[in-house]
Amino acid sequence: MAVLTGSEIILECLLREGVDVMFGYPGGAILPTYDAMTKYEDRIHHVLVRHEQGAAHMADGYARATGKVGVAIATSGPGATNLVTGIATAMMDSSPIVCITGQVPRGAIGSDAFQETDVTGVTLPVTKHNYLVMNIEELAYTIREAFHIARTGRPGPVLIDIPKDIQQGTTEFIYPEGEIRLPGYRPPQEANGDDIAAALELINHAKKPVILAGHGIIMGGAAQELRELAERSGTPVSLTLLGKGAMPEDHPLCLRMMGMHGEAASNKAIQEADLLIALGMRFDDRVTGNLKTYAPHAKKIHIDIDPSEINKNVRVEVGIAGDVRTVLAQLLPGVKSQQHPEWLSHIRDWQEDSDERDILRHDTGGKLLSAQVINDLWKYTNGDAITVTDVGQHQMVEAQYYPHKRPHTLLTSGGLGTMGFGFPAAIGAKFGKPDEEVWAIVGDGGFQMTLCELATAVQENINVNIAVINNAYLGMVRQWQEFFYEERYHATPMISPDFVKLAEAYGVPAMRVTHRDQMQESVEFARSINGPTLIEYKVEKEEVVYPMVPAGADLDAMIRRPKLGEK
Amino acid sequence: MSEQRSKQTVVALVENKPGVLNRVASMFRRRNFNMDSLTVGRTHQPHVSRMTIVIDGAEGMGNRIKANLHKLVNVIDVALVSDQPNISRDLALIKVRTNDVDSRNAVTAICEHYPARIVDIGTQVAIIEIAAQEDIVEALINELEPIGIVEMVRTGVVAMMRGTRILHAQYEPVKPAGQNGNGNGTYQVYGV
Repeated sequence: MAVLTGSEIILECLLREGVDVMFGYPGGAILPTYDAMTKYEDRIHHVLVRHEQGAAHMADGYARATGKVGVAIATSGPGATNLVTGIATAMMDSSPIVCITGQVPRGAIGSDAFQETDVTGVTLPVTKHNYLVMNIEELAYTIREAFHIARTGRPGPVLIDIPKDIQQGTTEFIYPEGEIRLPGYRPPQEANGDDIAAALELINHAKKPVILAGHGIIMGGAAQELRELAERSGTPVSLTLLGKGAMPEDHPLCLRMMGMHGEAASNKAIQEADLLIALGMRFDDRVTGNLKTYAPHAKKIHIDIDPSEINKNVRVEVGIAGDVRTVLAQLLPGVKSQQHPEWLSHIRDWQEDSDERDILRHDTGGKLLSAQVINDLWKYTNGDAITVTDVGQHQMVEAQYYPHKRPHTLLTSGGLGTMGFGFPAAIGAKFGKPDEEVWAIVGDGGFQMTLCELATAVQENINVNIAVINNAYLGMVRQWQEFFYEERYHATPMISPDFVKLAEAYGVPAMRVTHRDQMQESVEFARSINGPTLIEYKVEKEEVVYPMVPAGADLDAMIRRPKLGEK
Repeated sequence: MSEQRSKQTVVALVENKPGVLNRVASMFRRRNFNMDSLTVGRTHQPHVSRMTIVIDGAEGMGNRIKANLHKLVNVIDVALVSDQPNISRDLALIKVRTNDVDSRNAVTAICEHYPARIVDIGTQVAIIEIAAQEDIVEALINELEPIGIVEMVRTGVVAMMRGTRILHAQYEPVKPAGQNGNGNGTYQVYGV
């Protein structure tokens, strides 16, 4: 039996959790662990980021792309507080990450020592759980528990704060095999028979049903079960932003995205439905609009792994706290095979109306529009890339114009809406899925929040393609100013650096696109380079994302793009 | 919010570990749940503490709080006690001005009608102790008010379900020694 240092125990435990890459930044209080890494570098690769927020987003991107736990590591004080935005992002979107932070030695805790912050206190509201390890004997067990909590139930971020003297201390290392005993942690699994019967009763008698599929389908590995439910019951499927990929968007039953910038047909179907079957989603305000008028004719079934989500925002007739895949497997044998041709043709009419309004059908007078850029990216990547977006107009345009076929291929900050997420998360995703084509689709605003990671991408020679959709505005905020603040464009026009020159300064090959006929060339250029590339798409400055449900308005009270020929 | 509000009592068994009270309090603050009272105390199991939380909220709030408490890893079990037949007690110590015969007589007379007793009395003040259901404590306080309350402390409500409904923690705490290490870990500090 080996006597190891705390630092070595940390790394031994990471190995046993299957960790092969971690994202971090060294500093005084985590230095013993960085020193121990030299002995593990062949098994756990450490990616040096340029800002700890990037480390958390990379771990998050890795987790979202793979379904495995991503790991970020940082020092005490400012290192740890820089992680917070990334941790909160992972929390809101239920992404499993484990963050390890150094802490000042136990004897110095509470003394306002150099680089001391109460990190467990700071991260308490934005983690699923966190730990301050005060006994080296608890270290291995704590790390094992942390990974277990991060990846099971409703996944989420877990932080482990480890004082420097614990890292430097020694003890006999016995890996805690066997069952993890957490008396207060029992994620629900199956539904009881009564609830299944009640749900089936509603499903089998619905005339105008709609399935609402969210992130839980993707994380719970329930895409196949979802499809079976939809096809057997003849129920159209509306997706949340994070649910994109849960069902192929070219499937005839797929209504694509719902919500504030969702498809009009999706929103109208929800408002007219007589049954909503909500699966692994949480009725966020961005998908419900005004709760008082939300889906007024519909009975509701809500299946989610988190019991606290049931009846939180929307009162439901049947609420089932359970693993969505398990519960769907319980439901499926009782689902009657049926079709709803009238309901679907009703929805088809709405979809055709939307098609007529589609910007891609309008003559845009040679201007380059973000919708064209994203749709061409979709076309030239065969709709099969992993796209990682930032937050804002380009994010919603991606959701509308890049239909996804499979789970884990759209990674985006939905809940927290974290600008700066896209590029570092794309780096993390590429580490998790090295054989897939990864595109960071970012705006000029968000990209500038974390573009320092260009150096990380170069140092790692990571093959991430960056599409900067540059409209010289904070576009989504400008859109709100246009609609709701009488076009007072304050603090939204934005001067940016010459992104091509900037990329070149980092050693990143880059090109600029100003016309649509360069689209194919730009994708081929990005693909021809085995390493990071940047393409700046100079798009029309004052675009508007349609449709839009104003915040708090009824879900079907959408601001629409005029039809061709209308004004 | 025009919904009906009512007092609801939630009992939680929690791991007796540092920071658990903070986790519970933080969750209430973060979710904007209004806490009326919170008591924490030991149980017959040394590694388990018991919290009784009274909230004043809309119907259904108790269940939401219950679900959110369940989400906390250190919370072992939760029950919405006010949904069940239960016994609840709030303990108060009330210091009343008794600097004349009239007030002393009045205090003595009032206490006879309550499960209350005078535990300290002098020429200036008396301390009255009552352990009863919250509404009875409130009633006593109302009666003592005109005489002159000068100081008061209340513990907040503790509650227990009646009969054989039992909230019990079925677990033994993890003993780290032997789980990972020999219990003889050594520590070194090379400066902050």
